[in-house]
Amino acid sequence: MDVYLPIANLAVNAFVIIGLGALTGVLSGMFGVGGGFLTTPLLIFYGVPPTVAAASAASQVTGASVSGALAHARRGGIDYHIGGVLVVGGVIGTGIGAVLFRVLQATGQIDTAINLLYVILLGSIGSLMAVESIGAVRARRTGRPVAARRRRHHPLVAGLPLRWRFYRSGLYISPLAPLLLGMATGILTMLMGIGGGFILVPAMLYILGMGVNVVVGTSLFQILFVTMATTMMHALTTRAVDLVLASLLLLGSVLGAQLGALLAQKAKPDVLRLVLALIVLGVAVRMGLGLGWRPDEIYTVVTQ
Amino acid sequence: MNWRPALLIPAALLLSAEKAAAPVLVPEVSQHDIRVEQGFTGADLLLYGAILTPEGQPIADDYDIVVVVEGPTHAIVVREKRQIAGMWINAASSSFRSAPGFYAVASSRPLTQIVDPRTAAIYELGLDWLQLSPIGSIDPARQQRFARGLVDHMQRMGLYHEDPGAVTISHRVLYQARIALPSSVPIGDYTAETFAVRKGRVLASGITRIRVDKQGFARLIADRAQHAGLAYGLCAVLLSIAMGWIAGRLFRRV
Repeated sequence: MDVYLPIANLAVNAFVIIGLGALTGVLSGMFGVGGGFLTTPLLIFYGVPPTVAAASAASQVTGASVSGALAHARRGGIDYHIGGVLVVGGVIGTGIGAVLFRVLQATGQIDTAINLLYVILLGSIGSLMAVESIGAVRARRTGRPVAARRRRHHPLVAGLPLRWRFYRSGLYISPLAPLLLGMATGILTMLMGIGGGFILVPAMLYILGMGVNVVVGTSLFQILFVTMATTMMHALTTRAVDLVLASLLLLGSVLGAQLGALLAQKAKPDVLRLVLALIVLGVAVRMGLGLGWRPDEIYTVVTQ
Repeated sequence: MNWRPALLIPAALLLSAEKAAAPVLVPEVSQHDIRVEQGFTGADLLLYGAILTPEGQPIADDYDIVVVVEGPTHAIVVREKRQIAGMWINAASSSFRSAPGFYAVASSRPLTQIVDPRTAAIYELGLDWLQLSPIGSIDPARQQRFARGLVDHMQRMGLYHEDPGAVTISHRVLYQARIALPSSVPIGDYTAETFAVRKGRVLASGITRIRVDKQGFARLIADRAQHAGLAYGLCAVLLSIAMGWIAGRLFRRV
């Protein structure tokens, strides 16, 4: 079934887009990440202009994180205090991201910047996750537990001034740390159309040192609000949010997310993390090769 | 001796010969209004018409037909990628003041066999002869490189094409050509020009206009996105929350 996308200005097959949404939805349900890191590149690959892809993928991540965030809220898995700080940082970040987007677009470097960010971020986080989860899988097989980490949070975090108490996370740290973290994910959300969950979760665990029971819920809470802010920011600046595209993606992803959540209950968590690590690394490698290969299109055209 | 009649006679002869040779071309197009709406997957334009002498007779000799459909022009920037530090990134750019968003030319024979370069340049017949009005750079080799890059890019996007042999002429009177517009055609005013060419000279030409416009739902969405960003963004946010929430509710019940 062909559907015309009024902002992207082209006709697409609705089932392909719904399927794409479902694929990322399954990932988001299984792993608690938004799945935006897959949607944006796949949409671009399908022929959707990069700006429209990034702008419309953000609202898909909102939809995919709603039910997850609600579920975590019900069982008390959200630290609203630190979550609030993260959201404030995230909203500031989307503002910075919007300015960066405009500058990069004007100089013609937005696509390269997005590609490089993907390669660097996904590559490093994917490798960290892979190493960690291989260790965990091996530990479970051999029955030998992984050695406990010695320190709670990163020394840089401990060094920041002005400490607050975050009771639910069991932290006494400077609010600047989550604020900066929120800002960074806000910028990335704006540029890449991703929720930033795959960066946020490890950063909350290993840099802030938050308790495991509130990490996923709080990250979903932050992603929910920051992707909402991103959609608004795109609607007001780039005007590239395609409602038809977003609806199709949402339809697929909200259904996929439920399926993913069911699958996640049956699988072992460390295996799940390893699979996610491999997917993330795969995307990074593909993007990296894309930068190095001679592209089909040496010339690109932008309407002024 | 009075030279005047002697001068006038050949001139009058020439004039009458010109008049007899100037046929009338009546062009028509299957659709003057192309509505880009939900379900639009592109359009197939049928361009047809008739050519007759002023007396209403078919033209005595064979001729060729060239049909050019041109979309609205825009100022554009063409960017060129180069390999820097192992990565292909945009390294150079060139601006053009008036590149058509769509350009298709159909002809009854390959263009190089119909017209010489001079005529082709005058009437903009063919992708090599687009008048793009480059800005800035005065280096012709560089301009040409970027112009070729532009044409190549637009051809890949399906927005520029040349189709020799796509025009059929019946009984030296009627012609018809099909030109396909992809779903990604730009919105705006188009012109469809038809040229009857014989021995490299344009015998007659005619122009028709086509309007491509978003209609209905597609128009509403595009218009709201452009002029009511706040409400549009809120709509998108509410939609995503509602869909996420409803899906969550549905599946918990099951």
